[in-house]
This record gives sequence, C-alpha cells and structure tokens, in this order.
Amino acid sequence: MATLDTRLEPLPAKPYKAPMIAPGHTPGTVTEHIASIPLTPIQKTPKWWLGGFAVAFLVLMVFLWSVGNLLVRGVGIWGINQPVGWGFDIINFVWWIGIGHAGTLISAILLLFRQGWRTSINRFAEAMTLFAVACAGMYPVLHTGRPWLAYWLLPYPNTMGLWPQFRSPLIWDVFAVSTYATVSLLFWYTGLVPDLATMRDRAQNRFAKLAYGALSLGWRGSAKHWHNYETAYLLLAGLSTPLVLSVHTVVSFDFSAGIIPGWHATIFPPYFVAGAVYAGFAMVLTLVLPLRPLLKLKDFITDRHLQNMAKVMLATGLIVVYGYAMEFFFGWYSGSHTERFMLMNRAIGPFRFHWMTLILCNAIVPQALWFKKVRSSPVALFIVSMFINVGMWLERFVIIVVSLSRDFLPSSWGMYRGSIWDWGVFIGTLGLFTSLIFLFIRFLPMISIFEMRTMVPADAGEKEKAQ
Amino acid sequence: MELPDGRPASGETTIPGLGPEPGAAGPIDLAAVREHLKAQDRQGAPLWRSLDELAATPMFQDWLHREFPRQASEWVENPADGLSRRSFLQLSGASLALAGLAGCTKQPVERVVPYVNMPEGMIPGRPMYFATTITQGGYGVGVIAESHEGRPTKLEGNAEHPSSLGSTDARTQGAVLGLYDPARSTTLRYIQQTRSWSDFTGAIVAEIRALEALQGEGLRFVSGAVTSPTFAAQMAAILARFPQAKWHRWEPAAPHAARAAAIASFGGAVETVYDFTKAKVVLSLGADFLTQGPASIRYARDFSQGRRPRTDRLEMNRFYAVESTPTASSTIADHRMILAPSELEALALAVAAGVGVAGVAPGLLPEKAKSWVDAVVADLKANAGSSAVVADPYGSVELQVLAHAINQALGNAGQTVSYPPVLEVDPVDHVASIVELGRDLAAGKVEMLVVLGANPVYDAPAELKFGEAIKKAKSRVHWGLHDDETGELCQWHVPGAHELESWGDALAHDGTASLIQPLVEPLYGGKSAIEFLGVFQDKLEASGYDLVHEIWTARLAGEGDPEKAFRKALHDGVLPPTGVTRGGAPVLSSEAAGTAAQAIAGRAAGAPGGKASTSALPLLFRPDPTLYDGSLATNGWLQELPKPITKLVWDNGLIISPRTAQDLGVTTENRAEIELAGRKLEVGVWVQPGHADGCATLHLGHGRWKAGPLGSDHGFNAYKLRGVDSLGSAVVAIKQLPGRYVFANTQNHHLLENSTDENKTATEEVKIRQPVKTHTVAEFAAMKSGEHVGKKEGGHGEEEKPATLFPQTWTYEGHAWGMSIDLSACTGCVACVIACQAENNIPIVGKEQVLKGREMHWIRIDRYFGGDLDDPQLMNQPVPCMQCEQAPCEVVCPVAATVHSEEGLNDMVYNRCVGTRYCSNNCPYKVRRFNFLRYSNHDVPVLKLAVNPDVTVRMRGVMEKCTYCVQRIHQVKIDARVAQRPIKPGEIVTACQQACPTEAIVFGDQNDPAWAVTGLKSQPSNYTLLEELNTRPRTTYLAKITNPNPQLSGAERS
Repeated sequence: MATLDTRLEPLPAKPYKAPMIAPGHTPGTVTEHIASIPLTPIQKTPKWWLGGFAVAFLVLMVFLWSVGNLLVRGVGIWGINQPVGWGFDIINFVWWIGIGHAGTLISAILLLFRQGWRTSINRFAEAMTLFAVACAGMYPVLHTGRPWLAYWLLPYPNTMGLWPQFRSPLIWDVFAVSTYATVSLLFWYTGLVPDLATMRDRAQNRFAKLAYGALSLGWRGSAKHWHNYETAYLLLAGLSTPLVLSVHTVVSFDFSAGIIPGWHATIFPPYFVAGAVYAGFAMVLTLVLPLRPLLKLKDFITDRHLQNMAKVMLATGLIVVYGYAMEFFFGWYSGSHTERFMLMNRAIGPFRFHWMTLILCNAIVPQALWFKKVRSSPVALFIVSMFINVGMWLERFVIIVVSLSRDFLPSSWGMYRGSIWDWGVFIGTLGLFTSLIFLFIRFLPMISIFEMRTMVPADAGEKEKAQ
Repeated sequence: MELPDGRPASGETTIPGLGPEPGAAGPIDLAAVREHLKAQDRQGAPLWRSLDELAATPMFQDWLHREFPRQASEWVENPADGLSRRSFLQLSGASLALAGLAGCTKQPVERVVPYVNMPEGMIPGRPMYFATTITQGGYGVGVIAESHEGRPTKLEGNAEHPSSLGSTDARTQGAVLGLYDPARSTTLRYIQQTRSWSDFTGAIVAEIRALEALQGEGLRFVSGAVTSPTFAAQMAAILARFPQAKWHRWEPAAPHAARAAAIASFGGAVETVYDFTKAKVVLSLGADFLTQGPASIRYARDFSQGRRPRTDRLEMNRFYAVESTPTASSTIADHRMILAPSELEALALAVAAGVGVAGVAPGLLPEKAKSWVDAVVADLKANAGSSAVVADPYGSVELQVLAHAINQALGNAGQTVSYPPVLEVDPVDHVASIVELGRDLAAGKVEMLVVLGANPVYDAPAELKFGEAIKKAKSRVHWGLHDDETGELCQWHVPGAHELESWGDALAHDGTASLIQPLVEPLYGGKSAIEFLGVFQDKLEASGYDLVHEIWTARLAGEGDPEKAFRKALHDGVLPPTGVTRGGAPVLSSEAAGTAAQAIAGRAAGAPGGKASTSALPLLFRPDPTLYDGSLATNGWLQELPKPITKLVWDNGLIISPRTAQDLGVTTENRAEIELAGRKLEVGVWVQPGHADGCATLHLGHGRWKAGPLGSDHGFNAYKLRGVDSLGSAVVAIKQLPGRYVFANTQNHHLLENSTDENKTATEEVKIRQPVKTHTVAEFAAMKSGEHVGKKEGGHGEEEKPATLFPQTWTYEGHAWGMSIDLSACTGCVACVIACQAENNIPIVGKEQVLKGREMHWIRIDRYFGGDLDDPQLMNQPVPCMQCEQAPCEVVCPVAATVHSEEGLNDMVYNRCVGTRYCSNNCPYKVRRFNFLRYSNHDVPVLKLAVNPDVTVRMRGVMEKCTYCVQRIHQVKIDARVAQRPIKPGEIVTACQQACPTEAIVFGDQNDPAWAVTGLKSQPSNYTLLEELNTRPRTTYLAKITNPNPQLSGAERS
C-alpha cells in the first residue's frame, strides 16, 4: 500500500523587499542614534550646522528687511500692476502651501494605509509642512494693500456688524489654511510627545531637561498614556487626511472661481492637489538627501524610502502632466477663441521661455524616475527634485501671471516682472524656512524614535542578550 | 442731595454762578464755568459728569433755549419721551466746543470757524457755480466753475457760450489744476531777492519815466496772442503814451501759416469759421479740427450732430480725412488716407483742379489716391454749397490757399464757412514780430523788455537764440504764472494771477465776448495781466474789476442799463454782441490759387515723396494734444493724460510709421539725433501705425528745463530745431544713436517685447474679438428694431440673454442707472479722462509708475487698429466701469468692499477694502485701479485745495474705479427729495458726459423712457462689450457707424 506523502512543500520564496531599517540595530541603538543629535551639547554643535544656520539666518534678515519696506511703502514696491494684480505673492503662497502637502500625506495618509516606510520620514516631513505653511501664511496678510486690516478676513463679531464675504474663494482659503496649520501643528506635536519624554529622560543638561520636560506634558510611557496617544494620533490622522485633498483644492478655487481664461478651469482641484504632493515630495527629497550623510541617517532613511518617494513623485508627476494635456484639450475642445488664444499665448507668447522651462522641469526631466538606477542614486534624485521645485514654481507663474497678462480685451494687456523686493520676500521666506529646519534638526528628534523602535526586528534585542 | 452715583440731584449744582433758582435768566458766566470744569478735570472727575451737572441747571437750559432753539426743542426733561440729557450732550458736543466750554482739555482742539460774514447764497457743503472764461492761445472758452467753500474744484462748459455749448476739452479741464499748481511762482522777486509790489512799482515807474522822455524808445512788450478788449484798450493807451514803444506778439503754437494764407487769398487777415451743421460732406486736409484749435469744441459738437444715425433719422454726413500725422479727428472719418506732406499737397491740387479752381493743374499723385480723388471730387461737387474743405492750419500756406479756393469754387463761402475779421487785438504777423524783437535785442536796441506771460527763451524760433539775445536788454521784467525759462533770465519777476483768480475778458472763436471773473482771491497775491499793465498807465493799484467794469459798462452803454447788462453778462458768461462785425465776405484773389499751385509744384520737384531717407526726412511740428505749446507742461494731469492715438504720457516722441522705421533702420525706443540747419536735437523714436510713410511728427511743448518738477526734463524740445522757415514743417537729417529711450504709454505696456510685435498680435486679436463693432449706415438701416448688431461666437438677440444658473430674483424697480457710449461720435480726444480725474480726485502717479502699468484713470480710451498696420483703421472706445449686474468683482471680494446697489451701481467701499486685488484680477474689462503706493497727495498743502470734497481721497492699498459719479447722483437725489419732486430726465450728468464735446457719452435712468439713454439702448446698434461673459453691464455701446462712399472700395475705408 502506497503512503501519503506528508512532507510539507517548501513555501515559494518571498520576493526580496529591502529592509526599512538597516540590519544590526536594536531599540537601544535606534534611540541612542537619533536622540543624540538634539542632545549634542551646544559647544559641540557641528560646524556645518553653525555655518548653515548662519546663512539661513542672514537670509531671514533679508525677509525682515523686505517685509519692513513693504509695510512702510506699500505693495507697489513689488512688480504687480494692472492687469497683473497677483505675482510672486500668490505664486509663492501656492508654492509653499503645495510643498506642505507632502508632509501631511506621509504622516496621515500613509499611516492610515499602514505603510511602514513612512516611519523614518514622517516627523521631518510634518515639520517641513508646518514651516512651509508658516511661510505660505505670510503672504495672504502681506500681499494685501492694507495688511493691518487683514484680520477683516476672519469671522469675528465686530461693531460694524459685518461678516466676511463668504462667497469669495479667499475666505475659503482663510478657513482652509488656518485649519491646515492648526491640525498640522497638533498632529506634529502630539506625535512628538513620547520622543520629547525620551529627550527629557536622556538629557544631561539641566536646562534641556527642564525644557523637554515641560514640552513632554508629563509623559510616563504608561499603557494608559500609550492608549490615549494612539487614539489621539489616529483621530488627528483622520482629520489631516481629507486636508491633503481639501486644502489645495480650496487654494485652486482662487483661480478656478475666476473668470479669465487660464483660470476658469474645472481640472484645477485634482491637478493642484497632485501638483502639491509632487512639489512636496520633491522638497522632502531636497532636504532629506543632504541630511542623510550629514546626520548619518542612512540606516533609517534607506534606499527603500528613496525608491518609494521617487515612485510617488513619478505618479503625481504623471497626473500633473495629464492636467497639462487636459488643459490643452479643453481649450481646443471648447471652441472658445479666448481659451485657445490663452493656450497659444503660453507656448509662443512673451512668456514662452517660462512655459518651455516648466515643461522641461515638470514633464520631461522627471521621466528619468522610470529608471531604477535614477531612483536609487541620491545625487540623481536630488537633481530631479530641484528641477521639480523650480518647475512647480514656474507652473504657478504660468497660471497666474500669464493668464492675467493677456485676457479678454487686448487694450488691457500688460507685462509683469518681479521686482527686487518680490525676490527679497521670496528668498526671505526660503531663509525663514531653512532657519526653522535648522533649528528643528538641532533641537528636536527629526526621526520618530519610538516609531523607529517598532521597525527593529522583534528578536534583535534577544540575540544580543543571548550573545 | 446726591443721587446714588454721586451726581447732585436735578437743579442742584456745585458749579459756581449757576444756582438752582428757577427762571433765573441771567447770562451764564462761561469763563467761570470753564474754569470750574477745568478744575474738575484736573481732579480726575469724569468730564461727562461735570457737563451733565451743568446741563441740569436751569441757567444752562435757559441759555440753551436762547442759543440753540432748534436743539433745545428736542430736549425733554423726561428721558423716556425722547432725547435724554446725555444724548443731547453727545450730539451738541461741537456746539459746546464753540461756546468755549471745551476748556476741558480732553476734547481735541477743533477749529470749526463759522463765517463772520457768510458769502451770499453759500451753504457749506453745497457748491456754487460761476460763469467765467478760460483762454488758450488768446481765444476764450466759456466755462462754469464749481466752487466749494470759496475755491474752484471743477470746470464745466458753459452752455450759453458758443465755443463750448456746455462741453470742454482736455486742456480746459486741466486749467483748474493750473490754479493750484505747486510749481507756480509765489513771490515777486528782483534777481534773487524777494520784493514787494510797491518796490516793483516804484522801480518800474522810475524807469518808464526815463523812457517816456524818449517817447518810449527801447520799451518793448512781448506777449502771446490777445483777444481781450480790456487788454486791448490798455495797450492802446500805453502805446499812445509811448509812441516809440512796440508790442511784439509771439504765440508759438498759433497757426502762423493760416494768417499768411488768408492774406494771400483774401488780401487781408481774416478768421476762418466753419458751420458744420450745414455741411453734408467734409474733406479734411490734415486738419485736427475736432480736437485742436479754439473752435474745436464747437466744431466737434456741430459735426457730431451729423454722425448719429438713429432708426428714425438715418442721415449722416460724410467725412474724408487725408493726413500725414494721425489726428484724433480722423478716427471718426468714413475714409482716411495717409500721405506724406508733399503727396497731400498734390492731392489738394488734384481736388482743386477737379472742382474747377482756375489756374491749377493736378500734380503727381500716388496710385492709391487717384481713384480716391475722383470719388471725393464728385461727392464735393454733388454737395456744392453744403460741403466744407478744412485745411491743416499748421500746413503750408499754399495748402490753405488751395482750401480757400476749393471752398470758394464749391460755393461754400457764406454757407458752411465764413471769414469774419480777425479777432486778435492789433493783429500782426507773429513771426515778423518776434524776429524783429530778436534782432533788436541782439542789436542792443531794447532798453526795457516786458514779458507778459510769454516764454520766448523756450519757444522763440531757434535762429534768434533768444536766450542769449534777451540778456542784452538792460531791464527785463517778467510777468507770468511760473518763474520759467524766460523768467529766470529776467531781473524782475512778478507772479501772475491765474485766470481763475483774475478779472478779464476774452473773445470766442466767433467773436462772442465773455468775461473772466475770479473764483478766489489770488492765492499768492499775484496780479492779473491787466492789473500788471496798469503800472504802465500809472494805475499802480489798479483793480482788475475796475478795469473790466469800466470798459464794459462803456461798451454796453447803448443798450439800456449798462450796470444791469454787465451783471447779466457775469451771470450768463457771455456778452451780447457789441459791435463786433460778423460774417464779412472777403473776395478771393483769382491768382492766389494759381500761385499756390506753382509753389507746390516747384516744391514737389525736389521732394522725397513717399520714401524717407536718413538725410531728408520731412518733419512736422505740431502742438501737443495735451500740453499745447508747453505752457501747460507743469500740469501733472495733462502730462499724464494719454495722448490720442499714441497713448504716450510724460514724453513726446519722434513719431514715424512702421515702414518709415524700416527705411530709416530704426525701431521704437531707439535714440536718434535729428538735425535741421545745423541745429541738433536728440530724440527718442516712436513707431506709430497710422502715421503716413515718409515723414515724421514731433510735438511741441516738451523738453522744458524750468517747469517745476513735473514739467522739466521730460521729452524733447522741438523748439530747438524749429526756425522761422520751419514753423510747420521742415526737412531734417536723422542719425541713429546708441541706447534706448524708454517711453511710457498707457496701452500695451511692453517690457519684454518689441511694441511692433505686440501691436501685431493685439491687432489680430482685435479683428477676431471685435470689441469695437463697426457698420455702414446701409447695414444699420437694414437692422430692424430689436435686432442687434451682429455678434461673434453665437451671440443672442435682445430677448435671449445668455443662460445663467442664477435666477434673476432682483428686479430693478426704481432707478436703473445706465450709460450708452456712441462710438460713431467718439474722437478719442480724452476730455472725459481728465474731467473724471478732476471730479473724482484721481491721483497722478508719474512716469515710473505708468511704465509699470499703474496709471489711475478711471475711464480710459482704448485705441484699436483695424486692418493692415501700414494703413490701419483707427478706432476709439471709452471704457468706464461697466457696472455689471452680474459683476465678477463682487463675488470674489473677501470683505464685501464692492457691493451692488438697488439702482444697479457697483459700489466701491473704500474704507472696507483691504486690497487683495482679486476684484481687479476678476474684472474682464480691467476697469479697476489700485493704489499700489501712496499716490494721493497728502503733503503739498495747495493741492489739498484742488480736491473735490464730495469724493473720498483714497489711501494706499485701496481699490477704486468709476462710480457713475455717484456723488452727483446722490446730490440730485437729495435735492429732489428735499424739494419733494421726482428727478428730472437729464438732471444727473456724469463728469465724462458733461465734458464730452461730441456728446458721445450719455448717462441716465434706463427704466424711464424720458431719459435719453433709454432710447439709445433700444437702438439696434446697441451692444455689450464681452457679452458672452454674461456680466450684464449697464454701460453699453452704440456701434461705430460709417457712411462710406459707395464708389470707393473697402481698401481705403476707415
């Protein structure tokens, strides 16, 4: 009689997945590595940080100087005019807000999708979001002709008996951006609390101990605390997720609710959101890629992370290219002469170089990301991400300025050129952003320590103990 | 007894001198009260408590009843019945301050000073209107000046005056700013020291006594053209006193050739006055008769009457325009041809030969003109006696002689054109006059030169080198509003009084006399011209009023009570014809035309024809459309007023056509040097489609060097080239220079692109988008009522408005303000633009800001080209705020600073605007203007007087736009309500409407058929700009209707 073969078939080999944390780490080494950066004594601050922060701070002073001049003399120091009433001010506003979206997507949406690879980058990305929103938030106030009255855009009970005019997309912006700033801040801070406690516990310096201690809100790491934490964090992630889609949708309404060709398009909400994520990931990469070697974070922000971020960029980039193509299709399909002229004007009009550079930066160069070799090379990724940063800025330029410069009546056509003060405020916001980033990486754990500890294989500590 | 909160019970008071004696009606000792209150204040007791206490006393209440009976009647003891004590005190705060009770220092010091002697009829806050006259080139245009609290803020036309008929032109509108010009001279000086009037008179009297011994040998006066009878009488008396003295005349921008042409034609100088109401066909030979010249306002009005076909009145006149330099007038021509000056003369010859002028043979005509001339001649002949040929008064003498001959041959003399005697006082040939003065100065024959408001150092013919020659006069006296180029070389400078500060008189283009009366005391103690002249008659403290009154009561003596007649003339703004002969029928010399023809033929032999070369470029000198001869260069409004056709501001350019630019190898904004008879001038080149090929134009009036901060160092001084033989035109050599001259213009600002390409793209787009719709009269006649002008892109008729998602829930039941702009009548003269600026306190921004595209004019005239850029049609379109019923701007304002009124106005709320500029971005018509910087003047005190107090002055960061002159609407509504009557049709007139000489702009209530605008909106030619956007604007246009000659094909049509 034949016997049943009861040997188990070997399972098919699993496809190789690059590790999300380099092998050889234990929870202890993870904590030690990440926490040691902010806890470095002031005297031992690395020289590159001092140099970098000094430069960033100087550029921040450019911001203060430009804004001071703006408040004293008026928005006329910029290049805006009739017909181009919005220039660098709104371009930069949209650019900065867009950049912020990557952070929220990484923190919130990837959390809800249970994507582990978000862990090492989410803290940094969320901080980047906050700082980007801070930079963006300057503009709605500063671009007004009478910024000391900008609070009239807020709904508050007043002696005039007036509410803001709620049909205006700018009011929707006020709600969207302030919600975004508030929720992002809460989300980021909540996520920081356990790590601040870690910092408090490890700090040698009395002042650092007190500071981190105050900020960590008495975190003990008890089960109750962790339970509250998880609930809060999940709720905030749930709140943040729709914001990724809604905030930039609302920002895009600034234009699509307008009447002029080039603005009056229904494609804008999804196109802007995709563009925002695109720009945001590019900025994350631009910042993270140099910091990896400088802060020795290659073990935590691994090749897999870079690959994934590059893939997200590619995907959103393709959506953006789809948006461009659709704009051209709609313009032609509409049969409207002014729409068709608007499109031709972009390509062959006085701003054609801006448009051509835009296509190069946003549509052509990022196609290199199809190639794994490019996605794996930090240098190549950095270059591509810089192209995308510039390209996304140019996209807002083309949408805002080129549409305004030539609209319905040929008699009111005009040109626009950013003045030195436009550049001053823009570069100044870059200084503000970079200063904040420098301060962040110096004084706060830029990677989520407790979440990284969960990435370590479960038996790592055991093996060490056994050995 | 004390009330719970510490106040004394009613009647009791701690204030000294005010006891609780009821009925005690003694006077309040205000000083004591004040002291008491001040003391209280120092002790920290709240002010209201003290006043409250005060108010409780019977003595105060008695005082109150006596001093303020009206307010007292609102005072009731029982607060439940009405106004309480507290409220009363709040309301009468100012009154108490007046009574001096505000010694309590918490209240800010307010200088509310009532009139001690209230001017008759004045109600503070309500303007008063006075008739006066503004002169230019010596001729007067009657105006009504609006005066707020004793200062004029706006000028309107005087409907009684024949040169105005209620309208004004751009320069007249600007005159009110001339009064408040900060660059005006304010001090009488001798060399560099301030002197008084008596110092001046003492010195001058001594000098002229010495000269009197020589019978006035060496005493010279120089002034511009003068028509003033008072001035004439004074001058006659002075010249009688000093028989050897001479009165030179130099009006730099006067048409000198016209005088010579008149003499050649008629044997003596005569005026040429047209009556366009009788003309069915008009041929213009380069004349800008609708916007230039003392009669232009009247001509524009008369002429435009024949250019408004309506469904019930289809007749239209026909207008042929031939010109070298593009004029605003020709933009409403039915046929327009551009020719170089020599070709224009040839065409004139051809027309003359065609209509049968003896002794004229047609010259060499360019191809395109040949068939044209035949048709024109046929048309003229068919309308003999009701046609008119107008020659450019700045053109050659021969051209104008031919025009006179043609009119004569057609029998137009006495019908459409008449030749009254010349109106200028003691008329002389200005050119000979200034040449004589220049030579005598150089020869040292002039002892004392008195300059009366002229500026020969700046504008005299160049060969005279007046700036050097004048220094040879031993004593130089300058009277003028500005211490200008001539003034700075004179020892004595006497600040002049502006016309709005002076007594005087002037003659209109047709000889009607009108008085000049002051609206305000001279701001700087200046003297008017006639008061100044009085010094030479030993009337050292002459009053202008006395001088004028004396002359006119004498002249009016023959017709009843002269005093009454004088007062009536002051009121009406016109004097009855007093012995000035009208009409006149001079005889045309029979050889004049022949001589002219020969001269032209001789010139044509050596002329460059249609193609210019760098060594021989015909150059035309013309008065500037906004600055005239340069005397208005200090006027910021006029400097920033976009010139018709070119839309240039702050500069003049060497204007050439695109083809000429190609031939010369230059392009727009190149620098070049032009040379005439050894005199050189550096210029910037401006390429202008619509200019004839083979020639160039340079406007006068720019390039001054002592014209205040606004007038100096702008543009190029054509007077440096202009010589005695080249007053109208010259042939110059041109050489390109390296570098770029940046011009500012208000249409198609181009920073990155060459303007020719910009113009080409814009022109192509205009052809497709058709913001200006044009039709022939035949097409218009074929349109049925209710049908509308042909649309582009699937337009709709009157009844089918484009669909909307939003239900039209608001019906405009009451007034529905609307405006209709007739494009057949608009010449683009920009009078409306500056009228709006004057009325609405619109700031000027300066050349740098205009370069950035930030000019602030609320209404603009868009100028479009049609057809081929080498010979384009010219179209004008005034664009004020459309006041859209579905306004895109209202939806997007985040703070509701722009809202819609129940009567259809889009109201701009300045104090709510935070300046996000979304409204401007969303406006498809781009009519909104933003105060990017602090454009409104807050620093120069005298400019604050120029402000219209009925209109807010906007601060930095605030958006503004046309409001349909809402202040005027409300004034009339208030008046009507107070008088308890409805508003009369036509009672509300916007500033632009009131200024427009051709009455192209009509505002009114489109719900009421009695208003003119309602009928216009039902014309089939009525259309909406950008109708497909469904903004439902209240401002609509009547399409431009032309009356082309069926014999002429489309190629030459305008």
